[in-house]
Amino acid sequence: MSIPADLKYTPSHEWVRVEADGTLTVGITHHAQDLLGDMVFIENPATGRTLAKGEECAVVESVKAASDVYAPVAGEVIAANGDVESSPESVNKDAYSAWMFKLKPANAGDVAELLDAAAYQKLVESEAH
Amino acid sequence: MLKHTPLNATHRELGAKMVDFGGWDMPVNYGSQIEEHHTVRSGCGLFDVSHMLPLDIKGANVRAFLRRLVANNVDKLQVSGKALYSCMLNEAGGVIDDLIIYFMDESWFRLVVNAGTAEKDLAWMERMNTDWGMGLTLTPRRDLAMIAIQGPDATRVLNEALPGVDQITASLKPFNAAAMGEMFIARTGYTGEDGFEVMVLAKSAPFFWKALMEAGGKPIGLGARDTLRLEAGMNLYGQDMDETTSPLESGLAWTVDLKTARDFIGRKALEASEVTKQLAGLLLLDKGVLRGHQKVHTKNGDGEITSGTFSPTMQQSIALARIPLGIAPGEEVEVEIRDKKLKAKVVKYPFVRNGKVLI
Repeated sequence: MSIPADLKYTPSHEWVRVEADGTLTVGITHHAQDLLGDMVFIENPATGRTLAKGEECAVVESVKAASDVYAPVAGEVIAANGDVESSPESVNKDAYSAWMFKLKPANAGDVAELLDAAAYQKLVESEAH
Repeated sequence: MLKHTPLNATHRELGAKMVDFGGWDMPVNYGSQIEEHHTVRSGCGLFDVSHMLPLDIKGANVRAFLRRLVANNVDKLQVSGKALYSCMLNEAGGVIDDLIIYFMDESWFRLVVNAGTAEKDLAWMERMNTDWGMGLTLTPRRDLAMIAIQGPDATRVLNEALPGVDQITASLKPFNAAAMGEMFIARTGYTGEDGFEVMVLAKSAPFFWKALMEAGGKPIGLGARDTLRLEAGMNLYGQDMDETTSPLESGLAWTVDLKTARDFIGRKALEASEVTKQLAGLLLLDKGVLRGHQKVHTKNGDGEITSGTFSPTMQQSIALARIPLGIAPGEEVEVEIRDKKLKAKVVKYPFVRNGKVLI
């Protein structure tokens, strides 16, 4: 199970990378893509959209099922990755390089509430039982 | 406790992702569902379909029994081994199950019924057997395993796995079967490709599966089974029809024999009913994925998607939908997906047969 130590995580299986400038890059975890299977459709939030923490803001669909992606913290969408929309299978190939969107957080301190790799690992293990 | 097929350990050794499929522990894929789908369209795929139940009905009255029991006409079966697809209806004309009936001889027919409906079906048939005083013996064959071998390369794979079987496969026509002792080979399937469904004794199944893999067959999970059957325009019980829907509004009118005077369960209700809906194919014109239960808006009123998916062959989303009559192929409809209304085109299905896109 691939859970990079330098990323933050949500209980709803998003990963978050805190960039040097304080912005956040968001995608779905390896575990999430593994549960969903072959991705065939991804829809990102529009740039400029303001999101509340936990708001449904993107959709990933595999052959099997559709799944919502939630805003890890409150903030404004400053970029969306068109490449994953045109090649949804890139999320299956490497979930951590196939980022979905970037957020400018409303409060820089909010990222502290996200899970670290160890806590996320525990969560994934508990869901397996 | 989930039920296991005789191939359960085999799937686990192959690294399959296992899921609870109506109480059965079944492989949904062995890696990539899309790759498995393409394998069946271009090569040869192997499916464990042992969760489905073969059911032998034996006795002098078996043909008379089936004439009354099912909506299609078993009198179409006159040559040993010939198969017939039919619905079994309730008195209201709803579909209890869809099944395949093989005629073996005048005192033996074999049925194959769905896994999720097997117990209900058996109880219903036993009741009719008693009520009608037929004196038949119904034997569920849980001692058999069933493996589907599907794709353009299926005949070669089966011939190579079972030396000598080419004497049967060479002359076996589609929708026909041959029995050799407990081995039963049918040229049937649920993928829209050429292929076979082979029943063997449960204890022989892992060995047989291994031989099929050594001959080049690739394991395929239930995930790809669903996208393959939907591309092939084949109904799935519980999604496209059930006890509350009429076969005449489920794209199954071709399986209901109303031409002969034969009295069968559900006939009166069907003849008294007014057909207002049809099962139609949909092709999504916008980006997204059609799914079951999404609402469809047409100029004649609303309908609903019964099965939807992303078609790996067409690289586009397709669906079967129950919509009002009078909407013809070529017309555009709107499908509600989350907060959006997306454009879809009504098309005549099947979408794909024998590896070729028909739309």
